[in-house]
Amino acid sequence: MAYGRAVPGSVQSIERAAAILQVVAGSGGTLGVTDIAEAVGLAKTTAHSLLRTLLQVGFVEQDPATGRYALGVALLRLGSTLDTNELRARASNWADALAARSGHAVRLAALAGDEVVVVHHVFRPDDSAQLLEVGTALPSGCALGKVLRAHSHPHTGSRSGARSSAVATELAEVRARGWAADRVEHQPGVGGIAAPVRGAGGLVVAALGITGAQSALFDVRGTPRPLVLSMVTDAAHAVSRELGAPGA
Amino acid sequence: MPPVPERYVLAVDQGTTSTRSLVFDRGGRMVAVRQREHRQYFPRPGWVEHDPMEIWANTQRTAAQVLADVPGTGEVMALGIANQRETTVVWDRDTGRPVTRALVWQDTRTDELVTELAARPGAALVAERSGMAIAGYFSGPRLRWILDHVPRARERAEAGQLLFGTMETWLIWNLTGGPDGGVHVTDVTNASRTLLMDVRSCRWDPDLLAFFDVPAAMLPEIRPSVGVLGTATALSPALPITGALGDQQAALFGQTCFAPGEAKCTYGTGSFLLQNTGTELVHTRSGSISTVAYQLTGEPVHYALEGSVAVAGALVQWLRDGLGLISSAAEVETLARTVSDNGGCYVVPAFSGLLAPHWRGEARGLVAGLTSYVTKGHLARAALEATGWQTRDVVRAMAADSGLSLPALRVDGGMTTNNLLMQFVADALDTPVVRPMVGETVSLGAAYAAGLAVGLWSDVEALRRNWHRAAQWSPSPERARALTAEYPTWERAVQLSIAWGAP
Repeated sequence: MAYGRAVPGSVQSIERAAAILQVVAGSGGTLGVTDIAEAVGLAKTTAHSLLRTLLQVGFVEQDPATGRYALGVALLRLGSTLDTNELRARASNWADALAARSGHAVRLAALAGDEVVVVHHVFRPDDSAQLLEVGTALPSGCALGKVLRAHSHPHTGSRSGARSSAVATELAEVRARGWAADRVEHQPGVGGIAAPVRGAGGLVVAALGITGAQSALFDVRGTPRPLVLSMVTDAAHAVSRELGAPGA
Repeated sequence: MPPVPERYVLAVDQGTTSTRSLVFDRGGRMVAVRQREHRQYFPRPGWVEHDPMEIWANTQRTAAQVLADVPGTGEVMALGIANQRETTVVWDRDTGRPVTRALVWQDTRTDELVTELAARPGAALVAERSGMAIAGYFSGPRLRWILDHVPRARERAEAGQLLFGTMETWLIWNLTGGPDGGVHVTDVTNASRTLLMDVRSCRWDPDLLAFFDVPAAMLPEIRPSVGVLGTATALSPALPITGALGDQQAALFGQTCFAPGEAKCTYGTGSFLLQNTGTELVHTRSGSISTVAYQLTGEPVHYALEGSVAVAGALVQWLRDGLGLISSAAEVETLARTVSDNGGCYVVPAFSGLLAPHWRGEARGLVAGLTSYVTKGHLARAALEATGWQTRDVVRAMAADSGLSLPALRVDGGMTTNNLLMQFVADALDTPVVRPMVGETVSLGAAYAAGLAVGLWSDVEALRRNWHRAAQWSPSPERARALTAEYPTWERAVQLSIAWGAP
């Protein structure tokens, strides 16, 4: 079977890449570039440049010793969402450090459908009575919710179509600057700051944030205090790096 | 006025799989960490060895790296060491070379020797004097094995040419100069795990040395856990070594369990529960063991009851690697939450026998209560519940021995991110389970011990103020009642696992 000629209306290089992936998947990591080129009916140089691109995006891996190809980690992760328990295990040390340094309660949240659900919760380090909120849903207008909504796909959820332009503008801002703030969070006088956590594919998989007294988090004009803000964004960045996010 | 430089403590956590160097600030917060794994040698079935030279090299390297990580304006005041317990090293005092690789605490080669020793007249002396029954788990029998099997070892040991130590002894000797004036000391918690020390006087016991046929000349001097041990001239800058504790005792210290009754459980590969019992030794008869918790210089020894369970996280690893039911350890909670109960299924993970409180080496693992109704979700739940039930077994034995109630269980270790398990433990014990903000309790305990000795903290109360609750799981009265009713079923599964392995 040869894939040298494109079906009208289709993109030839994608077809060829798909054929290569099928061959690699079927070979169990036993084929080099010559065998793959032969199997899909391409010139060796063409197969090689396609494989190089697939290598770059992580869809294939090459054994450095033998030069043979196997399916890559990024491909295997496609379509599988990050397990929230896995997310908590990987984020735990960074969440603890954020709570210890900032002196505020820390929450890690992810979207479950349209809901903003707490995946991990570290108490405010003052030993007062607090309840573990893991599994509970938060109002979508909190800082964590804003981060998650700003990065969610627009077609999820019926409400997205009805988003007011003010909300849309705010979410665009959240996307652009890499954090969200909420000056009136769960209770009066309490606010929140949150930043996105990215997974291995680079997509936002969760939001990490703190909640605390408004005066501790924001200055009189309502701008986040730089030190507190950098603690949150640094911690979110560290979790992203832990998850293998590109560039984190 | 120039700013006051921040003061720090360096901790070395010499563990079973890796050596880690960490720096903590006065708030007990981790500032920097470096880690290096070492090779595991399995020369024969049941044998586990480490290369002491590799571990010493890793200690030097990670300590130098982490000291370089400390912000320039800061000052590191002291070094504390926590170590894998019962792992045994014997080396030449002139060359500094070990006579053989270290025999690791998981190594079971002394089983036959221990059986033989336990059958001898006078064997009852061991439990009476050391506080612990003869078992291959402790370091004394390993030392004896080396003396018996390494050519000329006994002769050279008797001539004073060879030195014995657990890992903290080996590291302190090397840090303080090695062959060139190295200090040969052990801390009292590590010494208490040899079977060679009188647990009341905290001195090497001549009768125990005679029983195990170990020359006194090779033994290190026993020192308090908190106090000056020597100067680590191998580090730059040189630091006073002022704290040393076995790793589980270090975790108890790091969790600031300083009052009788306070307890911690570390959930790692196995689970290790220690409860402070104060300055009086508790006589055990229910399957927990009496061990030294810590000693501050000039103060009496504090004791603890200990319950070690061999398999906790290792069971989750088995679900992942042995059965392929999950692709990461954390996913066990996801799988377990696909069902609402264990479906009548019980897993007893007696992979190589049962430790506390049963001490039945012959027991073997089993899955009980299988019906076609049971799914992998039930199996995952039963696996997590096994860890909770085993905690209950240990706590019950301790309560019987000490008569102390457990106000709350302080937990640490990797499995504390598993909310299903932590809630189950709270319900099974009918006791609140609390997790501290700093999960690195072993290295924190070593840092606390060292920092106390140099006055970085004024007293243990100052350390208590550093402890903050990061999470709490409270028991539900209804669930607690249901689990109490269910407990006999678990006990029956345990009895079956013992019967199954009986010869």
